[in-house]
Amino acid sequence: MPMNEEFRPKIVAFCCNWCSYAGADLAGSSRISYPADVKIIRVPCSCRVNPMFILRAFEKGADGVIICGCHPGDCHYSTGNYYARRRMTLLFSMLDYIGVENGRTRVEWVSAAEGVKFSATMNEFVEKIKSLGENVRLGDLRCRNS
Amino acid sequence: MQELVTRVKELLENGTVSRVLGWKAGDLSYNPEPAFFETAASLDAFVYDGFCGANLSKYLIEAMKKEGKTLVCLKPCDTYSFNQLVKEHRIDRDKTYVIGVGCKGKLNVEKLRESGIKGIQSISGAEADGDCETLTIQTVYGEKTFAYRDAMLERCHVCKGKEHMVYDELIGESKDTADADRFTEVDLIEKMSPEEKFAFFQRELSKCIRCNACRNVCPACSCRKCVFDSNKFDSAQKANADSFEEKMFHIIRAFHVAGRCTDCGECSRVCPQGIPLHLFNRKFIKDINSLYGEYQAGADAESLAPLTDFTFEDAEPSVVAERE
Amino acid sequence: MKRIARENLTALFRQISAQQDLILPVKNGNQVNFSAWTEDAAVDLDTLKTVKSPKDAFFPQSENLYTCLKENGKLKIEPEALRDRPFTVFGMKACDLQGVAVLDRVFLSEPIDTYYAARRDHGTIVALACAEPEESCFCKAFGIDCTNPAADVTVWLTADSLYWQSNTEKGEALTKLAGDLLEDCDSAAVEAQKSATAAIIDQLPYMNISLEGWNGDVLTEKFDSPLWEELYKPCLACGTCTFVCPTCQCYDIKDYDTGANGIQRYRCWDSCMYSDFTMMAHGNNRTSQMQRFRQRFMHKLVYFPANNDGMYSCVGCGRCVDKCPSALNIVKVIKAFANEGGKNE
Repeated sequence: MPMNEEFRPKIVAFCCNWCSYAGADLAGSSRISYPADVKIIRVPCSCRVNPMFILRAFEKGADGVIICGCHPGDCHYSTGNYYARRRMTLLFSMLDYIGVENGRTRVEWVSAAEGVKFSATMNEFVEKIKSLGENVRLGDLRCRNS
Repeated sequence: MQELVTRVKELLENGTVSRVLGWKAGDLSYNPEPAFFETAASLDAFVYDGFCGANLSKYLIEAMKKEGKTLVCLKPCDTYSFNQLVKEHRIDRDKTYVIGVGCKGKLNVEKLRESGIKGIQSISGAEADGDCETLTIQTVYGEKTFAYRDAMLERCHVCKGKEHMVYDELIGESKDTADADRFTEVDLIEKMSPEEKFAFFQRELSKCIRCNACRNVCPACSCRKCVFDSNKFDSAQKANADSFEEKMFHIIRAFHVAGRCTDCGECSRVCPQGIPLHLFNRKFIKDINSLYGEYQAGADAESLAPLTDFTFEDAEPSVVAERE
Repeated sequence: MKRIARENLTALFRQISAQQDLILPVKNGNQVNFSAWTEDAAVDLDTLKTVKSPKDAFFPQSENLYTCLKENGKLKIEPEALRDRPFTVFGMKACDLQGVAVLDRVFLSEPIDTYYAARRDHGTIVALACAEPEESCFCKAFGIDCTNPAADVTVWLTADSLYWQSNTEKGEALTKLAGDLLEDCDSAAVEAQKSATAAIIDQLPYMNISLEGWNGDVLTEKFDSPLWEELYKPCLACGTCTFVCPTCQCYDIKDYDTGANGIQRYRCWDSCMYSDFTMMAHGNNRTSQMQRFRQRFMHKLVYFPANNDGMYSCVGCGRCVDKCPSALNIVKVIKAFANEGGKNE
């Protein structure tokens, strides 16, 4: 990336079908903006997010990964997000342990009614990733040159 | 050891078991190999000494395909893996006969090599019975001595205790050989700066040759087909092509066994490159203990594993960033 | 013959690496492996065996073959450049050297592997004689003299000096590069070391194992032996033995998706121990671990000699003996067959 160009991070957002994706939809239909750097991947439930998805996103060049699901207690499948919560806590802790900067990963619970929260979260997350800069510790070098 | 061989022979001859899973004497003084014995005569090659470090529980998965009961010799720490495999329905308790064998710490010949001992012709003091605290090693370069304790595997310094978690009968004395805290190394790493942490793991993982020995020896890695062996997987499990591949492999592997890893230490024992792989597993164990309550995988064969369980009050993932 | 004092070795390495890449045994943590020389590298010439063999120098574990990129609807293919700069591998042992001879048979016969050939053309090998062989060594069984490895340059290391003898044109060029750092001397110390080492070799347990009955003509007999069914059982199906081996030469070719319409075609070592080894469209022709285990030893001791004038593709370095997690190894296999032969008579 040339020095004078502003850093545009690549952000992957895994959103659960029932709450957060609908929340993003609401943000869109309410014309509340959030950065175009965020690429949403819809998943059936936040607990569908395998740790491999997150590492794979980083491998292929993501600078930040955020997982959004229903608020605890509101999961469409009753308990999926509780399992996701444990898994993501442990995974984030492991990433921190191997020296990946804290803050490149995040979990946020966003309901279908929270278009404003969705947009605010994404704005905040993009700012955070901008301050951290490009992800160099968890990428595959082979993906850099293309 | 004689008592063990006699009893094992008896059980095989009277038909209680159809085969015995133990160790067969090697052709050097330190290389016994895991082996199935099906006849009393073949048991002449049976051996049990300080170099029988291999955890035999995983071999039972193979034995389950056969008729009849399999007798297995398990050290105290191996019984955790056994329980875990029973819990995961990979082995059938009813088709096994567990002899809990005594253990006073297992030896790592690499420790001898690291100290410059080479050309080993014979080693005495490694017997399972008795309280010998010194190994006497005859080499072509002269006789050497080495403290038993200093030659022990890393895992024996953080021994989980001399109790067998499961057994049908016990033969031999065990000793708790712990003389270190198992989380000391993890603590040290946690205290490093992100740059230091990254440099540390980069240095260690750069040694990885993708031989998959850690995965294949791991009793918790019992998937019929590993995700990394899938030909739909973008990068091969054997490709040592970019430093990311090793990180991905080791993080995912550790994650996959999180909450199920009994900390048996086989991964670190077998790594040809001496990578301290237990540091990944222990980090998960430490986090699980502090976030979700003390848990020892394999202490029983029934309890729910931490990652297949939850409470409404669990910490949010943001705790990772906040706990500094 | 020439010599250089041990304390001047760093100066020698510096001088060589000023002109070309220098690869030699370096200690990282508690493991010694071949890697590039740098000012702060912990060079370790005293450890007998590196964990991995030095075959990476000519046949790296992974290497790119070419890169494809789709740009504006057109496909751009860029082949990986061949090695065109000289380099030196310092400190290969006699067994490692024979390992290269085995690789040459495979990669330098038609169709010639250009990547490998380019590395061989530009590489100079400095082989270090063994002074203190270990119990897992059995190079003598393959007729290898570990006290006198014949490479471009042969060196012997004693307590205070390194003795240097160049044998080829490439060796002469390297000697010239070392210049004044080397001084002329007689070969008394080297001869003394050779005979001392020979005496040790006679005491080592594996050195005199017999390879009788192993050759290219016993294919069916060995292949059908019921022994394999017994021998393979402790095998974990990991690739340790193949990846530390100086002669294992199987590789796989894969595509890596670099994103944005790009593909990188690379090859990486394969292992006959792996379930996807020689996987084809119809599936795999070896479906059990016994068959994969048998493949490794049959290849080393039967198939390879059958196709290469009797040359075994095991060199007795003993790395697999040292590193197998289940303490299996080729010596145990050879011995098991020898014992079985005795029983039948």
